[in-house]
Amino acid sequence: MSAPLIDFDEVIANFDPVLGLEVHVELGTASKMFCGCATEFGAEPNTQVCPTCLGLPGSLPVVNGTAVESAIRIGLALNCSIASWCRFARKNYFYPDMPKNFQTSQYDEPICFEGYLDVDVETDEGTRTFRVEIERAHMEEDTGKSLHVGGSTGRIHGADFSLVDYNRAGIPLIEIVTKPLEGAGKYAPEVAKAYVGALRDLLRGLGVSDVKMEQGSLRCDVNLSLRTSPDAPLGTRTETKNVNSLRSVERAIRYEMQRQAALLTDGTAIIQETRHWHEDTGVTTSGRVKSDAEDYRYFPEPDLVPVAPSAEWIEQLRSQLPEPPAERSKRLREEWGISEKEMQSVINAGALDLVLATIAEGADPAASRKWWLGELARRANDEGVELESLAITAKQVADLEGLVQSGRLNDKLARQVIDGVLAGEGEPAAVADSRGLQIVSDDSALLEAITAAIEADPDAAQKIRDGKVAATGALVGSVMKATKGQADAARVRELVLQELGQ
Amino acid sequence: MSAISRDDVAHLASLARIELTEQELNDYAGQLDVILTAVASISEVAADDIPPTTHAVPVVNVFRDDVVTPSLDRDSVLDHAPAAEDGRFRVPRILDEE
Ligand SMILES: [Zn+2]
Repeated sequence: MSAPLIDFDEVIANFDPVLGLEVHVELGTASKMFCGCATEFGAEPNTQVCPTCLGLPGSLPVVNGTAVESAIRIGLALNCSIASWCRFARKNYFYPDMPKNFQTSQYDEPICFEGYLDVDVETDEGTRTFRVEIERAHMEEDTGKSLHVGGSTGRIHGADFSLVDYNRAGIPLIEIVTKPLEGAGKYAPEVAKAYVGALRDLLRGLGVSDVKMEQGSLRCDVNLSLRTSPDAPLGTRTETKNVNSLRSVERAIRYEMQRQAALLTDGTAIIQETRHWHEDTGVTTSGRVKSDAEDYRYFPEPDLVPVAPSAEWIEQLRSQLPEPPAERSKRLREEWGISEKEMQSVINAGALDLVLATIAEGADPAASRKWWLGELARRANDEGVELESLAITAKQVADLEGLVQSGRLNDKLARQVIDGVLAGEGEPAAVADSRGLQIVSDDSALLEAITAAIEADPDAAQKIRDGKVAATGALVGSVMKATKGQADAARVRELVLQELGQ
Repeated sequence: MSAISRDDVAHLASLARIELTEQELNDYAGQLDVILTAVASISEVAADDIPPTTHAVPVVNVFRDDVVTPSLDRDSVLDHAPAAEDGRFRVPRILDEE
């Protein structure tokens, strides 16, 4: 059931989009926001719950100090002001994803407010910087996860019901809300995507969240309305939820602009409602119409005392902020002489810190990138772990590269050394020793193998004597095979040519 | 003028998913009105320069270290639920959405 759409170009010719983005970030703290339950993803349902996060009578919340610190650091990185005094509030609603019947959040006193994030977008006139203004970033807790069973999902017997897992309920969440983003015109979908991407890089750089959109630790809701011109009053907006990849941010906005424009062109009013984005079909469908149910009756949380970060604390956190990702990325790209795309692949692989550490241990940037993005990324992928979880350190990778540079190992042997290091056999040099890995540099040993190779393949030898140098490959290959890859291929080639009078 | 109307009580009851009879709506509207009027008398003595009290004790920044503590045993948790299935709480479906 797809809605009528009109061409994107036509949307832009007749309407001006206004966007608002709400991003929820699950913090990477070890414990929950108000209790000591673990936050690990993927645990058995309801094994990370306690009286506090289940809302049992008599339980009392206590704020996770690290979560407050992360909230302040996020605010500072987003150029926000930090509240000198703020409170938590109860957001009251009755839905089974919150067993307390309220979500502990912040209402009119967010801890961070009035900031911005600049993002670069490619336009017809070249790269243009858009400033996305941040209205607020506040602290709250995540909700439980519901699994809906019955009725439309296909179960024949039994009434409709939901199965709820409260492991996620109470995980610290920061909600980052933008001000209405105006003036992006046809670039609105790209600006939104660039903003969420830049925010993800920034949060990753701060180390406050694993920002995995596919696991829901970074989630985006998109508010969108259209008006006939930038001077016209704001139109009715829809809120699209479930936008869980960067690509979806752009697609969902594009779709919603086309859908709303079709309705407005037809003279139909937009309904203020929540809509759901469907990644597979690329459409949004109507969810809940905003109504009384949104009357949350916020009031200050009586079980928690106010948060009042001192100026000293804020300044200390500010002084420890990492270089902003966009600036760092630009600086490193220039230092390393690589393209933006190559840089992005380092960042996306989660390899930036590892590459930097390897460079700090003495390897050159190109070699550091090569190992982490090539062989080691493959190993991590095979083992199904993050790059940083591999049992090899930046120092070991730098040492390995040192062995290659000194001529002791070639890349093939180096990969065998990686096997040994990952298997816990020790440092690279020790693994090379114990496994007897070393380029054969003794020419007499190589010449013996070359003579054997020439005898075994006289045709190739004759071709080389006749000047067909391309045939060298076959002989070099068999010498490499005979020496189990421990020869320096370039030296073998030289010797083969020399032996055959070339 | 009363501090809370019968309609206000009906609205709150529906938000709280509590079913009230006509008689109960009238009764509670009257009782809540007495309570709210009594509490409202505080605002008569509170001047504009007195900030609202947040907490009985003037304390801020009570934080806990980010340390994991043991959770409850799942079976004993679910034993207290009206219904459970597959290690999860089983609840009536409320809204037709995710
Ligand atoms: Zn808990």
